[in-house]
Amino acid sequence: MPTVEQAVALGLTPAEYELICDQIGRTPNEVELAVFSLMWSEHCAYKHSKKLLRSLPTEGPRLALGPGENAGAVDVGDGWVVAFKVESHNHPSAVEPFQGAATGVGGILRDIFAIGARPIAVLDSLRFGEPSSARTQYLLDHAVGGIGHYGNSIGVPTIGGEVYFEEPYEQNCLVNAMALGLARSEGLIRSAAAGIGNPLVLFGASTGRDGIGGASVLASAELGEEDAAKRPTVQVGDPFAEKKVMECSLELLERGLLVALQDLGAAGLTSSSAEMASKGEVGLDIDVSLVPLRESGMQPWEIMISESQERMLCVVEPSDLNEVLAVCEKWEVGGTAIGSVTDTRALRVFVGEELVADMPVPALVDDCPLYDLVVEQPPAGLYAAPSPVLEQATGASDHGVTLLALLASPNIASRLPLFAQYDCLVQSRTIRRPEQADAAVLALPESPRGIAISIDGSGRRVACDPYTGTIENVLECTANLACAGAEPLGLTNCLNFGNPEKPHIAWQLTESIRGLGDACRALDMPVVGGNVSLYNESGGGPIYPTPVVGIVGELPDVALAGRSGFARVGDTIALAGPFRPALPGSELAKLRGCALPVGLPSVDIAELRAAQEAIRDFVRDGSLSSAHDVAEGGLLTAVAESCLAGGRGATLDLGALARASADADERDRVLFGESPGAGFVVSGPEEALRRLGEDVGVETLGTVGGDALRVTAGDVSIEATLDELRTAHGALAPLFL
Amino acid sequence: MRFGVIRFPGSCDEVDAVLACERVPGASAQVLWHRDPDLHDVDAVVVPGGFSYGDYLRVGAIARFSPVMESVIRFAREGGLVLGICNGFQVLCEAGLLPGALLPNLERRFICRQVNLEVVQASMPFTADCAAGELLSIPVKHTTGRYYAPADDLAAMESGGRILLRYARESGAKRTISGNPNGSSNDIAGVRNAAGNVFGLMPHPEHAVDPLTGSVDGLKIFSSMAHAHG
Repeated sequence: MPTVEQAVALGLTPAEYELICDQIGRTPNEVELAVFSLMWSEHCAYKHSKKLLRSLPTEGPRLALGPGENAGAVDVGDGWVVAFKVESHNHPSAVEPFQGAATGVGGILRDIFAIGARPIAVLDSLRFGEPSSARTQYLLDHAVGGIGHYGNSIGVPTIGGEVYFEEPYEQNCLVNAMALGLARSEGLIRSAAAGIGNPLVLFGASTGRDGIGGASVLASAELGEEDAAKRPTVQVGDPFAEKKVMECSLELLERGLLVALQDLGAAGLTSSSAEMASKGEVGLDIDVSLVPLRESGMQPWEIMISESQERMLCVVEPSDLNEVLAVCEKWEVGGTAIGSVTDTRALRVFVGEELVADMPVPALVDDCPLYDLVVEQPPAGLYAAPSPVLEQATGASDHGVTLLALLASPNIASRLPLFAQYDCLVQSRTIRRPEQADAAVLALPESPRGIAISIDGSGRRVACDPYTGTIENVLECTANLACAGAEPLGLTNCLNFGNPEKPHIAWQLTESIRGLGDACRALDMPVVGGNVSLYNESGGGPIYPTPVVGIVGELPDVALAGRSGFARVGDTIALAGPFRPALPGSELAKLRGCALPVGLPSVDIAELRAAQEAIRDFVRDGSLSSAHDVAEGGLLTAVAESCLAGGRGATLDLGALARASADADERDRVLFGESPGAGFVVSGPEEALRRLGEDVGVETLGTVGGDALRVTAGDVSIEATLDELRTAHGALAPLFL
Repeated sequence: MRFGVIRFPGSCDEVDAVLACERVPGASAQVLWHRDPDLHDVDAVVVPGGFSYGDYLRVGAIARFSPVMESVIRFAREGGLVLGICNGFQVLCEAGLLPGALLPNLERRFICRQVNLEVVQASMPFTADCAAGELLSIPVKHTTGRYYAPADDLAAMESGGRILLRYARESGAKRTISGNPNGSSNDIAGVRNAAGNVFGLMPHPEHAVDPLTGSVDGLKIFSSMAHAHG
């Protein structure tokens, strides 16, 4: 029999081990301890975050499927729903970036088709250390390669995403992948096992020793020196196998052959079977001797917790079993009945006739203790000031240099060198490709309507102020949707934080979730699901707290989807919205090596919502030629981005904005200060901008045209040709040579 | 005109190809399953993009031996129209229906971007709806798209008018830049066989059939085939 020491080695606390003994009325055997240690891991049980997550709003008029299933979904009309979810694969990617990122994509895609939706898009959200570091270059190159390898091979377009480079991610990179799927609303399937006596069928790849203990060993502890030794716990992905599993799953659903469907993710057969039994309030018997194995001599506990990829579990009616197995044979995915549904409310594991584990399902799924966090606001200076790479501006001539430095900054430079490695076109729905608009836009079937998707999450600003920074992340994301002409329908999130057992990290997490809830309530937008990734810290300290949010919005006519680039020579350019730029916490402040401020200016969510709705309405009816939100790098960076995206220059007179700006700092604030989600660079006919001014503050800046960006602001004059802007903006390309 | 579009395990662009074929007036399209040797009396076959059989061993190498491909090879030898796109082009080269081979891109990375193609030959049955010298805006997306053939074969293909599409050179203000994304010999994007009834190309015409998604230039390949069929 295993001992308490072995339980601790598997990640349980002595108190948790005692509780397990109480729950099952005896000491757990080897198989049971392995199963409990995973089911009660942070990754599976959310034991440090569940109480906080319960505060998030999860109801909304367009909600089709809320938290609790493999993915959430929103109603997009005409009987169609869009399922979506974002998930992390941070620790595996830090250990083995190519496979870590690839299986991150594979895992989130399985979550989507596990509820009966055909995956239609992937986006990714990446965080690395500064690109000057050799480790960052290696991680970036391999993570991008892994994402592309999986998404490109499986025929799901990667339509967008974001990447930030900040020192606190040097040892703990973040790889979050978001996937979307499309389904008929009546076609969604749940994961609740039902029907006593119904067979349980495992299909997909065979089961090996890969990924043993990944959920507890990798995902629920801090990374340390010896992480290279953890490489065997990283799963290996096979997109070809997943493609067949996906098509097989969708065909089984289409033929109406499934009672319940569940993917095998973290903790493999253990968590998938326990979750199915728990949701259905039934028991499951599994005979592990029937599980097809890819290597000999595997122990029952290894079979139960293997994280071999590309596997699915389903419950079917006995009379349908032969047809189910025939569909599996058609797709060459090897279906095998490995067990059955029982009325015992227990998860029982057999080897042939021999019972090797017998665990009450409620104990596995519901009885893991949930912890209250010990919260304490940290002293200022939890994070070191970034290393300065740009000198303080002094003279009026320095602002042009500043603009080019910002465009070349790793957090602002064009992401096309990454995106060009992803297929963004397959499935023929892509109306706006990466960097054509602030959000990706996909067409919906048999309708002029479409959806827009964005994923955002500036960790640095959340590090400045977890509450306000998280609100800004949400508003930045909805601002991107507004620029495409879309109304937000629902949000998914991935909360990437350090060790929540440390009070200052607990404070970040608590404040961030409070901000997320307040933002969603003020925007009438439900949280449809999410994921939490904790323990993202190492000897170098915690990561910036990084709540990544992905939002799906709807637009009535994709032919009028917004663009970020200036589209017509002679159009008037204006700044719209309640834009109140500030330098603390901005990209320019980072380049200058300024310490992170403690706190950010508070945000009036209702005011920003109204402004975003005005922009959205004017994009939707075709009044504006372009719309682009002012994000990192401030106003002038946003104008330059619109020039580059449209291949057209601009002439601006910012006299009105910069009139009072006698000193360089004040001019920097006006030209490069940030106010996330609040300001928009728009272009269009003068008459349209005048009408827009009736709804929201509009300041005319200049005119589209020429092959350069020319700016005068008081006695400051900046001129940069499109080629010069493009060269600066192309700063990431050399990372992929 | 009835197009048949093959579906191998690992095909990705077969639905896109079906949708593209169906945009041609009077045309219909159906999927042909890889295990079924029956071509169901279709008038033309499209071998679509993707990663057939996972592209294990070598791109296109396993698909070439599937039951449906045995029939496609016979169909092509009898003069039937066969279009291979991306992975389909690779399969047709492996099957010996087209000369040459596709090698990894010079930069050894997957590349997805819109390119301009120059129509070298505007002729029946694949490019008749184009004009010679016309530029088509069509995306490429591949890792293994560098067309290679021995020098003698290339010369024969050039003189025999068998190179239908080339990656266009882009004339900027100061210099002419190669638009060749992958290092293909002679900037070749698409070639036909000697008989003229089999055509393979790396770019994806099925992703350029809708103004909302960027371009309609790819439709000309499918409409040319329909016109050739009559």
